[in-house]
Amino acid sequence: MNRPVGVQFMQGNEACVYAALDAGAKFYGGYPITPSSEIAELSAKFLPQVDGVYLQMEDEIGSIAAIIGASAAGQKSYTATSGPGFSLMQENLGMAVYAEVPLVLINVMRNGPSTGLATRPAQGDVMQARWGTHGDHPIIALSPGSVQECYDLTVRAFNLSEKYRIPVILLGDEVIGHMRESLTIPEADKLEIINRKLPTVPAQGYKPYQTDEDDIPAIPPYGTDYIVHISSSCHDESGYSHSAPQTADKLVQRLHRKIDKNKKDIIQVEWFGPEQADLTIIAYGAISRVAKQAVINAQDKGLSVNLLRLITLWPFADEEVKAALEKAKAILVPELNLGQIVHEVERLNTFGPPVHSLSRIDGEILIPAQIMEKIEEVLK
Amino acid sequence: MALSYKDYLEQSQLPHMWCPGCGDGIILRAYTEALAELNLAPKDVVTVTGIGCWGKADDYLSTQAFHGTHGRALAFATGIKTANPDLTVVTLMGDGDAVTIGGNHFIHAARRNVNLTAIVTNNYNYGMTGGQYSATTPLESKTTTSPNGVAEPGFDVCFLAEAAGANFVARTTVYHAVALKNLIKEGILHPGFSLVEVISPCPTYFGRFNVHPSPVNMMNWLKEKAIPVQKYRELPLEEQHEHFAVGKLVKKDRPDFYTTYRRINGGKKGAEEGDTNGR
Amino acid sequence: MVSEPRKIRIEIDKKSCKRCGICQGLCPQAVYSLAKDGSPEITNPERCTNCRLCDLRCPDFAITLEVLA
Repeated sequence: MNRPVGVQFMQGNEACVYAALDAGAKFYGGYPITPSSEIAELSAKFLPQVDGVYLQMEDEIGSIAAIIGASAAGQKSYTATSGPGFSLMQENLGMAVYAEVPLVLINVMRNGPSTGLATRPAQGDVMQARWGTHGDHPIIALSPGSVQECYDLTVRAFNLSEKYRIPVILLGDEVIGHMRESLTIPEADKLEIINRKLPTVPAQGYKPYQTDEDDIPAIPPYGTDYIVHISSSCHDESGYSHSAPQTADKLVQRLHRKIDKNKKDIIQVEWFGPEQADLTIIAYGAISRVAKQAVINAQDKGLSVNLLRLITLWPFADEEVKAALEKAKAILVPELNLGQIVHEVERLNTFGPPVHSLSRIDGEILIPAQIMEKIEEVLK
Repeated sequence: MALSYKDYLEQSQLPHMWCPGCGDGIILRAYTEALAELNLAPKDVVTVTGIGCWGKADDYLSTQAFHGTHGRALAFATGIKTANPDLTVVTLMGDGDAVTIGGNHFIHAARRNVNLTAIVTNNYNYGMTGGQYSATTPLESKTTTSPNGVAEPGFDVCFLAEAAGANFVARTTVYHAVALKNLIKEGILHPGFSLVEVISPCPTYFGRFNVHPSPVNMMNWLKEKAIPVQKYRELPLEEQHEHFAVGKLVKKDRPDFYTTYRRINGGKKGAEEGDTNGR
Repeated sequence: MVSEPRKIRIEIDKKSCKRCGICQGLCPQAVYSLAKDGSPEITNPERCTNCRLCDLRCPDFAITLEVLA
């Protein structure tokens, strides 16, 4: 394939595919679903050209299972879906976290619950991304706010997944997925690509889940001299089942530790507008673009408003949100749901400013005027 | 040096957790014996398991292993095999994994004709969770969730695989230990999707409720029920219902998924050769 | 011509054996008998033809057969 370079004009979903290929992805397993299907279609077209495979599975349960298998066999793997499919993927998403198999899951969020409005945007899967699978577990979720970020964050999703051996969710939405705008695709040699680390110990006596201080296991693909035992059941360092209470505790604590201690590397936010403002908007995804316009309109009206844009949704940007809560007189969290991230903000609010929610769940996007109206109401 | 079946067992994990007289150990013995006779290095074999009594098998093996979630072994295995066609991939599933919770993956893996082998242990019930009925439990059998007899007929696992397009379909029992080992070998060697269904006793539950709790009686029951396929086809219908056919039921040479995918789509690796593993 | 009966050494690993009785119950040559506790005992070793069915059918990998020269 001819790799596009420089300024390009395309859809967010298209940008995700070019980014996946640039990150070195060789395997896609998926089930078509609106509004993510362009990712499947372009992957089907391009993957064979880079020696890869597009595999259309029988359902989303099989889709995520296939990419977990392909990743364990050494290929960087990804899938794309939307709400209903994301729900079906939850059990095996947990398996990938537990067994530490890298993968990238692109969820182009649509209106729900259930089949809902298939072609309409929403941000209703934020908590499902965090807590959809059972049991205590860490997760990484990134939220693109532009076509450029669909590209950049897809590359970053693969890098974080490989580095920390954890599934990474690219939590986009129908607006960003289907929007066309310009982006700049860097030269291939300018991209930072991270590959999973390999063991440096001898194959004899190798234990796949034995870790150094970094708490990240070094696991080679199947087929080398190293015997790799991957398990969805509670396992010790050998990968074999082990059900002792201390084994269960040790494993899940380490899974959290490897993410918790690297939050600085994982968490990205963007501040927009004046450094100090009476009201801080906290937003993400498509709505963060609307919020930016609202900040500009507010400034024109002489109102003191800025924006904290969450690029990494999970793990949550506790420190950055605390800084916002400390400085602002009021907080506004606009979302295309009945309030999900707003509760995370409230969780951290020991500082006192009132935290306001602005919701829309009718399948339409919030517009700057609606946010403006809320700003004026709050600052009155 | 010739490999022994013991080279494929993880000795530190034995003895296994299966009940006295459970067929799982006999099938594991046949599987490891087959690998030894095929002289496959443990590092080149990926054993993919699901959940249930038979899903524990990976814990006793020294091959590469993937112990996945319930019912999804074939979906994981499809990804593994397609990502690296040089690997020999064998899935070990029970009747719950293969044709109940995982029935959709089973028919699609057979239809796609992925070059891997499925060894399905059919003991007609869910042993691990206490003997409830599965999608292969025969009509009116008693289980812990059908105390008066199950009101659903069971699947014919081999018929399902054949109808879906599998290249190699065979059935045997743990009584027929030599045939079992040989059919597993043949299944591994045969390109495309291979199914070896193994009828296996669960003396603890299905046997105790429906046949006999004694392992020896269960083995003799398998011997009586099993009829070589040629002879079975000549039986009157009512006798067929009382028995099942054993032996090779299907053997054909439809190209496997990876080979077909590369032929149609190209791609550098294996563009001409496709998946040559197992030939 | 009559061939010498081969001598077969049969070893039962008592630690692995779960006393299911399959070796004794299905041996075509009645090589085994069962002790009171259900453990197999090798009572007629000279009758063994090395068919290996007890070995292959032992669910617990407890039986080893060895042909002695």
